[in-house]
Amino acid sequence: MAEAPPVLATRDVVKRFGGLTAVGGMSVTIAPGRIFSIIGPNGAGKTTFFNAISGLHPCDAGEILFEGRRIDRLKPHQITGLGLARTFQNIRLFGAMTVVENIMVGAHVRLKQNPLQALWRSKAFREEEREAQARAQELLEYVGLRRVGNELAGSLPYGAQRRVEIARALASRPRLLLLDEPAAGMNPSESAEALALFRRIRDGLGMTILLIEHDMKVVMNISDHIVVMDHGEQIASGRPEEIARDPGVIEAYLGKGAAAGKGARRGTDAPPGAPA
Amino acid sequence: MATSLKDRFQSALAFLNRGRTPYAVCAGLITLGFALVYGSPRSIPGFLVFVFAASSIYWLRMNRSVQLGLAVFLAVVLVPILGARNVFYLEVIFQIAVFSALALGLNIVVGFSGLFNLGYMAFYAVGAYLWAFFGSQQPYLLHATVTTTALHTPFFMAPDWFYLFIFLGVIVAALLGLLLGLPVLRVRGDYLAVISLAFGEIVRQLANNLDKPLNFTNGPQGITPIQRPTMPAGVLRAFNHLMEPLVGHPVTVNQAYNILFYFIALVVVVKVIVITYRLDDSKVGRAWTAIREDELAAGAMGIDANRHKLGAFAVGGAFAGAMGVLFAASRTFVSPESFTFLQSVGVLTMVILGGIGSITGVVVGATVVTLLNIQVLQSFSLYLSQLRQSDAVVPLLGWHWSHLSNQLDPTKYQRLIFGVILVVMMIYRPSGLLPAARRKRELRDGLDGEADHG
Repeated sequence: MAEAPPVLATRDVVKRFGGLTAVGGMSVTIAPGRIFSIIGPNGAGKTTFFNAISGLHPCDAGEILFEGRRIDRLKPHQITGLGLARTFQNIRLFGAMTVVENIMVGAHVRLKQNPLQALWRSKAFREEEREAQARAQELLEYVGLRRVGNELAGSLPYGAQRRVEIARALASRPRLLLLDEPAAGMNPSESAEALALFRRIRDGLGMTILLIEHDMKVVMNISDHIVVMDHGEQIASGRPEEIARDPGVIEAYLGKGAAAGKGARRGTDAPPGAPA
Repeated sequence: MATSLKDRFQSALAFLNRGRTPYAVCAGLITLGFALVYGSPRSIPGFLVFVFAASSIYWLRMNRSVQLGLAVFLAVVLVPILGARNVFYLEVIFQIAVFSALALGLNIVVGFSGLFNLGYMAFYAVGAYLWAFFGSQQPYLLHATVTTTALHTPFFMAPDWFYLFIFLGVIVAALLGLLLGLPVLRVRGDYLAVISLAFGEIVRQLANNLDKPLNFTNGPQGITPIQRPTMPAGVLRAFNHLMEPLVGHPVTVNQAYNILFYFIALVVVVKVIVITYRLDDSKVGRAWTAIREDELAAGAMGIDANRHKLGAFAVGGAFAGAMGVLFAASRTFVSPESFTFLQSVGVLTMVILGGIGSITGVVVGATVVTLLNIQVLQSFSLYLSQLRQSDAVVPLLGWHWSHLSNQLDPTKYQRLIFGVILVVMMIYRPSGLLPAARRKRELRDGLDGEADHG
């Protein structure tokens, strides 16, 4: 693959909840400047793996290295400080704050001001605040939103909230962006716009993206590399074309759908090119 | 009905805010209020008009420097004159200032950061006892048994250390906030409320029982006398020289102290408001609100929730500490009675009534509750008892006021009245009289003016 050192590497990450092994020994290596996707059926452990990386649920065994540095014992806010930002599957904006404030909270780790400067309203403080606000607006426009800066985040429509969440994550100037099902609940045209945005983030901002997706169609086009998870374990890894042909993947997806007798699910979950 | 009332109110406000009207209205209101209180210093409606006039400086739309000038003139010139004529009003305003600072402090913890706190009086108590101990003879009485009368012991410190102790009160209460914060970081919601309640009771019980083995607090008797800062004879003479023609009589030393404490409270509360506003509008304030809204997401944004929670406890406590020192000096007496659970609930009431998280709202809440508490209800009680003693008869019914039971005294129903107010508020206006609104920032619009979402 690439010679550049990986942005993120995990080795045998295990996460158990009581007797249930949600993630059972995941090892992935993510090269910089790529869109790396993790897919798998519902309950495959994707989000748990994500939470382990971002520190919300510390893993029980294994190692997680971000740019060569162990982060598996760090707290979420420390990890974010290092340059890793995330969004949530069920949007978690600060609903009672304005959109711009939400994004400014995202910039928290990049603001150098201390409370005394805030009390004194020093020149450096005022300048930093002005810059933070201007940058929040830029990011808002970057994700394709305008004139909503002063709206309460909770009052925006669903699709706009997803974009604000991405802008908020971008505000911390991460080098690795973790997106948890960012296209969930979007209609086809919205999700196409979202994919275009992810490409721009990768190509324009040079960020690495780790994407979780449950719907295979979404990731096939934009991913540089795909890992398929099922029952907490990796069942396949490779380029999108390879994944589409992988018999194990087809079984994981179709076997489940067929067993549950949900013919309709095949349409969305089945890999393209799979026998329907 | 509700909307039409609101519309009518808003159109009335728009009418008042046209052109130069607000200046005339504000000046008229202030003159009227001042004249009423000046003319009949005991009239409650007059005082309420005056308070309303004072608030109009805030809500009428005027030039900022005019607003500031009017506020300063009102606070520095008019109020002391009225206060010298009837010291009771100064006392009311002093209490409003004290409780505003307390409510603002609690608002940082409860309103901004969403950390429920039922033991807030503990911080106030610590500030009060700090000066009560060092500003009295108590350090020399450590081995004495509890006494009610002051002994012929010298005071421990010169009275003017008081000013330094305001700052020490801030520091000590802030440290206490950190101390409370540490165990509390592990719990949330209901559990936090229980711990903070227990914390408040612990501090009160310490004040109650720390008369043995060493007599720090003089137990339930409380500490008295506590020193007030010195009042140079020259200041009093100068004040009388300037103000006597306006006040109508020379001001005594005690009245002058009331005015002095009013000014100190005013300075502290203005500082507290500025600090609250500035912290709110900064990285720290945004972090507090983010933690309140969604602690997990705040963590994922790089916010160290524990550190910011400790900070909220420290800052909130610090305000109460400063006011505690002031309280001890102005009363010259403290006892554990002043720091009960009900007092903590009272401050929480102010925050909730006024508008949780809203700086103006909290000050309004403190004003309304304090006015109800120590003025409106009391004067209503007084009025009823006068009626009772008179031989007045209710017309038509032929019922004698003298038959009115003592048990129906409104001051006895204070808690009941607050309870009713809170229930009604929670149903009809759950976010308070003046709900918190996020500040609208001046944002530039999209340059080409096209909306490209949705």
